[in-house]
Amino acid sequence: MNTPNTPKFQARTLFLIAYILFALLPIYWMVNMSFKTNSEILSSFSFFPQEFTWNNYKTIFTDPSWYSGYINSLIYVAINTVISITVALPAAYAFSRYSFLGDKHVFFWLLTNRMTPPAVFLLPFFQLYTTVGLMDTHIAVALAHLLFNVPLAVWILEGFMSGIPREIDETAYIDGYSFPRFFVRIFLPLIKAGVGVAAFFCFMFSWVELLLARTLTSVNAKPIVATMTRTVSASGMDWATLAAAGVLTIVPGAIVIWFVRNYIAKGFAMGRV
Amino acid sequence: MARIDLDLAHAYRPNPREDSDYALLPLTMSFRDGGAYALLGPSGCGKTTMLNVMSGLLVPSQGTVKFDGVDVTHATPQQRNIAQVFQFPVIYDTMTVAENLAFPLRNRKVPEDQIKKRVGEIAEMLDMSGQLNHRASGLAADAKQKISLGRGLVRPDVSAVLFDEPLTVIDPHLKWQLRRKLKQIHHELKLTLIYVTHDQVEALTFAEEVVVMTRGRAVQTGSADALFERPRHTFVGHFIGSPGMNFLPATVAGGAMLVAGRPLALPAGRAVPDGEIKLGVRPEYVVKTAPGDPAALPFTVTMVQDVGTHWMLTARIGEHTLKARLSPAARAPQVGEEVWLQVMGPHTCLYLNDELVDA
Amino acid sequence: MSTTTKPVNQKAWLLVLPVIICVAFSAILPLMTVVNYSVQDIISPERRVFVGTEWFASVMRDEELHAALWRQLTFSLAVLAVEIPLGIALALSMPAQGWKASLVLVLVALSLLIPWNVVGTIWQIYGRADIGLLGAMLQKMGFDYSYTGNATHAWVTVLMMDVWHWTPLVALLCYAGLRSIPDAYYQAARIDGASKLAVFRYIQLPKMRGVLMIAVLLRFMDSFMIYTEPFVLTGGGPGNATTFLSQFLTQKAVGQFDLGPAAAFSLIYFLIILLLCFILYNWMQRVGTQEKEGVE
Repeated sequence: MNTPNTPKFQARTLFLIAYILFALLPIYWMVNMSFKTNSEILSSFSFFPQEFTWNNYKTIFTDPSWYSGYINSLIYVAINTVISITVALPAAYAFSRYSFLGDKHVFFWLLTNRMTPPAVFLLPFFQLYTTVGLMDTHIAVALAHLLFNVPLAVWILEGFMSGIPREIDETAYIDGYSFPRFFVRIFLPLIKAGVGVAAFFCFMFSWVELLLARTLTSVNAKPIVATMTRTVSASGMDWATLAAAGVLTIVPGAIVIWFVRNYIAKGFAMGRV
Repeated sequence: MARIDLDLAHAYRPNPREDSDYALLPLTMSFRDGGAYALLGPSGCGKTTMLNVMSGLLVPSQGTVKFDGVDVTHATPQQRNIAQVFQFPVIYDTMTVAENLAFPLRNRKVPEDQIKKRVGEIAEMLDMSGQLNHRASGLAADAKQKISLGRGLVRPDVSAVLFDEPLTVIDPHLKWQLRRKLKQIHHELKLTLIYVTHDQVEALTFAEEVVVMTRGRAVQTGSADALFERPRHTFVGHFIGSPGMNFLPATVAGGAMLVAGRPLALPAGRAVPDGEIKLGVRPEYVVKTAPGDPAALPFTVTMVQDVGTHWMLTARIGEHTLKARLSPAARAPQVGEEVWLQVMGPHTCLYLNDELVDA
Repeated sequence: MSTTTKPVNQKAWLLVLPVIICVAFSAILPLMTVVNYSVQDIISPERRVFVGTEWFASVMRDEELHAALWRQLTFSLAVLAVEIPLGIALALSMPAQGWKASLVLVLVALSLLIPWNVVGTIWQIYGRADIGLLGAMLQKMGFDYSYTGNATHAWVTVLMMDVWHWTPLVALLCYAGLRSIPDAYYQAARIDGASKLAVFRYIQLPKMRGVLMIAVLLRFMDSFMIYTEPFVLTGGGPGNATTFLSQFLTQKAVGQFDLGPAAAFSLIYFLIILLLCFILYNWMQRVGTQEKEGVE
C-alpha cells in the first residue's frame, strides 16, 4: 500500500544495519580464517586470505573422522525432530481443545523439563543408556534430546492450534470425517506454519546441543560438535581446520532456515503468541 | 465538516492499459458538506480503495482530492482532519474509555479541562457516560465500535467521518441500534459521513445518496428511490432490491418488439432504439393480467413461494426466468400453469449495452 | 493455554500419553536416579551409605557455591537487561514484508543455529589480540584487552558473546508478536495523531506482552543453565571469575566424582530455577492482569 509522504525512518534502518554488521563480523572472521593455513593465521593478520586455500575443507570432506561427525549429527537431529513433532501434535491438540484432569499441571510440568540444566542429567543418562545398551547410538541422543524438545514443540503447537476456531473441528465431524482423517486432511494444513516453526526450533536446539550429545557417544555416533573439541594437537591448536568445521556446522542450519523462512514469517503472523 | 471533491483514478501499476489494471477507473465525484453517503458494492469493487483515498491512507496514482476546494491529495489523514471507523473495533487496550476518547485531543495538546468537557459530551451522545472509567478492552464489540466512532467525533473540527463496513462484527440484533445512533449523530452534528458497505439495506437506510460501485467503477449515484426506480445500469438494477430487477432480452426491429419470439407492445411516449436490448422490470411491478394483454407475455410457472406478505413467483418464458411478486389476495398459480404477466409498464426500464436508455 | 471454556474430555489423556512417555523416559527415570544418589554416600559402587539430608546441608553451606550462585544471578540479570530491550529494538527495525524481510530474517537468525561450542570457538578466536579481529582492533585503539587475563574483560566478553548469540531469539519472538497487529491499528493511530512513541507504548508493546513473557522466561532459564559457551571461551577463568553454576556443578560431579553431593546440588539447582521461574511467571501474570483491571 503506497502511503503519503512519510519520511523514511532513517534511524531504524541505520540501527538494523549496525546490528547486522555486529552479527556478521565474527562469522565473517571465521570464514576468513577457514580459507587460510595455520601458519598464515599465526603469523600475519589480514582481512582476506593472502594464500587462499581449500585445504581445510578438503580435510573435512575426506577425513572420515570429520565428515562422519556431520552425518551422525544430522541423523539424530532428524530422528529427534520427527519423534518430537509426531508425539507433540496429538498432545497439543488435547491441550488446546479439551479440559481434563490435571491438564494445567501436566502442561506446566512439561515446561519445567526445560528448566533443568542438562548437566544434572549427565551421570543418570550415562548409567541409563549403558544399562539398556544404547550407548553410542544415534537413537540414544535422539531420545535424550526429547527431554527439552517435546515440551517446546507442545508449547508452540498448542499456541497455533488455539488460533484455529473450534467450529472447524465440529463442521468436519458433522460432515462425517473420522478424527484421524480430519486431523491429517483438514487440521494439519491449517497449522502448517506452526509445524514449520516447531520443527525449526526442534532442529535448532538438537543440532546445537553439546553436553548430552558428547556424553552419550564415543565413536559410532559421535556428532560433529564433539569432533570439534579435539582439535588440539602437538603443533598447537588447529585453528584453520576448526574454523572450516565451524563454517560447515552453520550451513545445515542456514539451509533449514532458508527453506522455513516463509513458514516462520507467516507462522509468526498466525500464531497466538 | 467539509465538502469533498474527487477527480482521480487509481491504478495498480504505473502504466495502466486496460480496465483491469485500475482499482478505481477515472471518476469525478462530489460529496457535499454535511451529507450522508454510502459506497455500495460487492467485494473487490473498489469502495474501500475510494475510502482510503479520501481519508489519505492511500494516494491515488493520478488525479486530485480536494477538501473545501483545497488540494489535499498528498496530505496525511491527520492533516485532512478526518476520522475513520474500521471493520473491527480499533481501541487502545491499555486505556479506559475516557482515555481512549481523550487520546486524539491529548495528542493535539488541548487543555485538560476542555478535553474532559468534550469527552463528556461525546460519551453522552454515544450513551457511554456510565462506562467512562471502564477498561476499554473488556467491553463488547458494539461498545468498542462506539469508542472508535467517538474518537473520531471528539475533535470538534473533524472534516468527515469515514466508515469501512463498521457493523461487520456487530451482533445482528445490535446493528439496528448502532445504525440509528449514526443517523442521530448525523442529524445533530451535521457532519459529512461516508459509509462503505456491501449490504444494501444498510446503505439505503443510512445514506441520503448511495454510490453504487462495481469493478472499480462508480456506476450510479443517487437517492434510494432513484436507484430503485431508474437504475442507470443493469448492475444497479440487479444489485439493488431483493430479489433484484428482472432482465429479459428483447429484439426491436421495424417498430416492433419481440421477447422470446413473442410480440410485446412498445412503451408509449418513449423512443426505443433498434437492435438487441434488455428489458428491466422489478418483481414488485410485475402484475398478473388477462391472457392476450399486449403489454404482457405468457409464462410457465416453475416455483411458487409463500413469503407471508406476498407470493414470490418464479416463471419461465423460453429460456429466460422471471421473478414476480404477487399480492396475497390473488389466487396463487400452480406450478406448470401458464400465466400472463404484464412486464411493460411505466416502471419498466430499457437497457442498450447494459446502459439505461433515457426516455 | 487458552482460557475460554473447553469441553471436558478425560479421553484426551490418550492423546497426551505419547508425550508423557517420551518425556518421562528422558526426565523422570534420570531424576529418580539423581534423587537416589543425593541421599547416599557412594564410597564405591558396592558400598553405599544412606546419609539422608547431609549432602543437602553441606551443599547449602558451601562458600564456593554461594559465590558461583551470586556470579550466576548477576550474569543472568545482565543478560536480561541487555537482550530484552535490544531484541525489542531489533524486532521493531526489521522489515515487515517482501524479500528484504526474508533476507534480514535469515541473517539475524544465523547466530541461533551455530552449535554452542562453535559460538565459543568463534569468540575465542575473535577476541584474541593476535589472531582475532575484535582483539586486534581493541589493541590498536589502546585498550590492553585480554579476556584470559583480566576478569572484567572476561565478563564483558562472555556477556557480549551471549548477547550476540541469543538476542535474535528475543527479536524473533517479538517480531512474531508485531506481525500479528492488524494494519488498521497503525492507521487509526495516524488518524488520531499519535507520535511514534505513543504508537510503541499503546499499540506495539501491549501486543507484544505475550511473546515478551516467553522471551524473558526462556532467556532467564537458559542463561541460568549456560555451560558450553563460557566453558569454551574462558574455561571458567581467569581463576573462577566466569565459572557459572552449571560449570561449577559439572566440576563437582565429573571432576571430583563426588556423586552424592553432586546429585544433591543438582536437585537444588533445579529447584532454584523452578522457584525463580515461578516467581517471575506469576509476577508477569500479575502485572498483565493489573493493567487489565486497574486504571493506568
